[in-house]
Amino acid sequence: MLEVRNLHVAYGGVKAVKGIDLVVAEGETVCLIGANGAGKTTTLKALARVVPGQGEIRYRGQDILHWPSYKLVGEGMALVPEGRGVFSRLTVAENLAMGAYCRNDKDGIAADLERVYKLLPRLKEREKQIAGTLSGGEQQMLAIGRALMCRPRLLLLDEPSMGLAPIMVQKVFEVIQSVAAEGVTILLVEQNAQLALSIAARGYVMESGAVTLSDKADALLTNPKVREAYLGGE
Amino acid sequence: MKTKGNFMGIPGPAWLGVALVAAALLVLPYVAGMAGTAWVRILNFAILYVFLALGLNIVVGFAGLLDLGYIAFYAVGAYLYALLASPHFDIHWPFWAILPLGAALACVFGVLLGAPTLKLRGDYLAIVTLGFGEIIRIFLNNLNAPINVTNGAQGITLIDPLSVGEFKFSTTSTLFGLTITGPQKYYYFLVVVAVLVVILNLRLQNSRIGRAWEAIREDETAARAIGINTRNVKLLAFAMGASFGGIAGGMFSAMQGFVSPESFSLLESIMVLSMVVLGGMGHIPGVILGAVLLTFLPEVLRYGVEPAQRFLFGRSVIDPESLRMLIFGLALVLVMRFRPAGLWPSRLRKRELTTEVTP
Repeated sequence: MLEVRNLHVAYGGVKAVKGIDLVVAEGETVCLIGANGAGKTTTLKALARVVPGQGEIRYRGQDILHWPSYKLVGEGMALVPEGRGVFSRLTVAENLAMGAYCRNDKDGIAADLERVYKLLPRLKEREKQIAGTLSGGEQQMLAIGRALMCRPRLLLLDEPSMGLAPIMVQKVFEVIQSVAAEGVTILLVEQNAQLALSIAARGYVMESGAVTLSDKADALLTNPKVREAYLGGE
Repeated sequence: MKTKGNFMGIPGPAWLGVALVAAALLVLPYVAGMAGTAWVRILNFAILYVFLALGLNIVVGFAGLLDLGYIAFYAVGAYLYALLASPHFDIHWPFWAILPLGAALACVFGVLLGAPTLKLRGDYLAIVTLGFGEIIRIFLNNLNAPINVTNGAQGITLIDPLSVGEFKFSTTSTLFGLTITGPQKYYYFLVVVAVLVVILNLRLQNSRIGRAWEAIREDETAARAIGINTRNVKLLAFAMGASFGGIAGGMFSAMQGFVSPESFSLLESIMVLSMVVLGGMGHIPGVILGAVLLTFLPEVLRYGVEPAQRFLFGRSVIDPESLRMLIFGLALVLVMRFRPAGLWPSRLRKRELTTEVTP
C-alpha cells in the first residue's frame, strides 16, 4: 500500500527527517512511535504531501512524491491532522458533509454517513451541535469520522490521543480498531507507545529524524530498549 | 434541498415578497426623481456599491481573505472602459463588448494579486493587498509618459455613455408616453445586472466552490486534509471577486463620463470593506444592506446636517462637511459596538460571536 524509501524532510535548514524507510501493507495497522520532536508528525505530513519531502514515496504502486495533497485524498489517502482540525464553527453534520468534498455520488455519501454514525453514535447524538463546543475526544472522533467520509483506503492518524482524558483515549482507540477491522489500512503516529503498540501489528521507533527500530508490535512491547525509553519500564 | 413549489430555495409565499420588492424597485427611480435627479444618481451609486461589496464579499466574507486593495479592480474595469470608449484613443467600442472584457481583465489582475499572496493570511495579506491597490492607482496617475495611456491625474473625459443603437442612456427620452431621464435609464439597467449578480452570488455560495471557500475560511489545514485544492480555490475567490469589481468599474465610467485616479483611493477600498463588515460578512442580504446604507448615509447627512443646524441653532455652528463625516464615523462605531456581527449577519457569524468555541 505504502512504501517509503530514504525520505528526507527539512524545514528551512533544519533537517527534521533524515532518510527513513517505511512500509505499510494493505489492511495492516502500523504505528510510528517516538519522543517529542523525533520527526513523526513531519513524516506523516510529508506522506500526505502537506509538507514537501525528498526521496521515494510510493502509494499503491505510484510515485506520489510530487502529487498535490488534494489528489491523494481523491486516491483514498486521508490524513487526520494533529490537533484534530475540525471546522469548529460548523456543526457536526456540516463537518461530515465537508469530508465528502472529494466525492459526487450522493447515494454513496448518504450510505457512508450512516456508516460513520453507526461507528460513532456519539456524533449522531450531537449532529446539530457546533463542532467547537464538543469535548476533545468527540472532536477527535469527528475528525476521524470526517476522514472516513471520503472512503479512505489508507488513514494517516496524527497523535489521536493528544490532550484527551484517559477514558476518551480508550474510546478513540476502540474506534480506530473498528475502522481497521473494516479493512482500512492505518498508519498511526503516537506518543503513547503502549497504546499504539497494543492495537498495531507492527511498529517503527523514530529518534531524532531516523528510524532506529522496527519490529512486530509484541516484540517492541517486550524489547528492553523500547520499554526503557518509551514505556516507562523497569 | 429543492422541494416542490420551491425555486432556488425560495418557498412559495416568499414569491409575494419578491413581487413586492420588484414593484418597489420598479417605481423607486420615479419616487427618487421627485426629490431631484441627484437622488436617482445616488441610487445608481448605491447599486454600483452593491456590486463592489458583493464582489469583495466573495474574497473577504466567503473565503476569509482580507483584501484592502479591492478598489484596484474597480479601477481596472473603469479605465478599460474609458480607454476603449472615448476620444482619448478615438476607440468607440460598444458597452456589451467592453463590460465582459473589463470583467475578464479584472479577473486576470485578481489572479496576479492572488498568486503571490497564497501563503499569506490576515494582517500580512491585508498589507500586500493594500500595496497592490496603491500600485494600480499610482500607475494610473503616472502612465501619461513616455506614452500617454491614462492621461495621468487629469483623467479621461468624454467617455461614451451606454447606448444600444440610437438609444442613448445619457439623455432624457420618452418611451411609451413616459418620460425617462438618463439616470433613470441607467438605474433600470443596473437593477437588471444587479439581480443577475445577486442570483449568481447565491448560487456560488451554495455550490461546491462555495463550500470549499467556507472550509478554507474556517481552517485551511483541515480544508487540505479533506481534499480541497486550496491554491486554485483561493485564486478563484480573488478572480471572481475581482470580476465583479471590473464590471462595476465599467458601469461607473459609462455613467460618469469621466474617470481619474483619485476615484480609486485607499479610502474607497476601506469604504467597500466597511459595507461588507457592517452589513454582515459572508451574508448576501446583509452585504447588500450594508452597501445601500453606507452609500445613502453620507448623502442624507450631506443634505440634512445644514438644515438641521439652522433649525436647532438658527445658524450653521459647525462646518457641515466635517460634522457629516463625524456623524458617519460615529454611526460606524456604534453599529460595530452593538452589532459586532453586522447589521444582518449570517447564521454562521452569529454563532461565531455567541458560542464559546474551544480550539
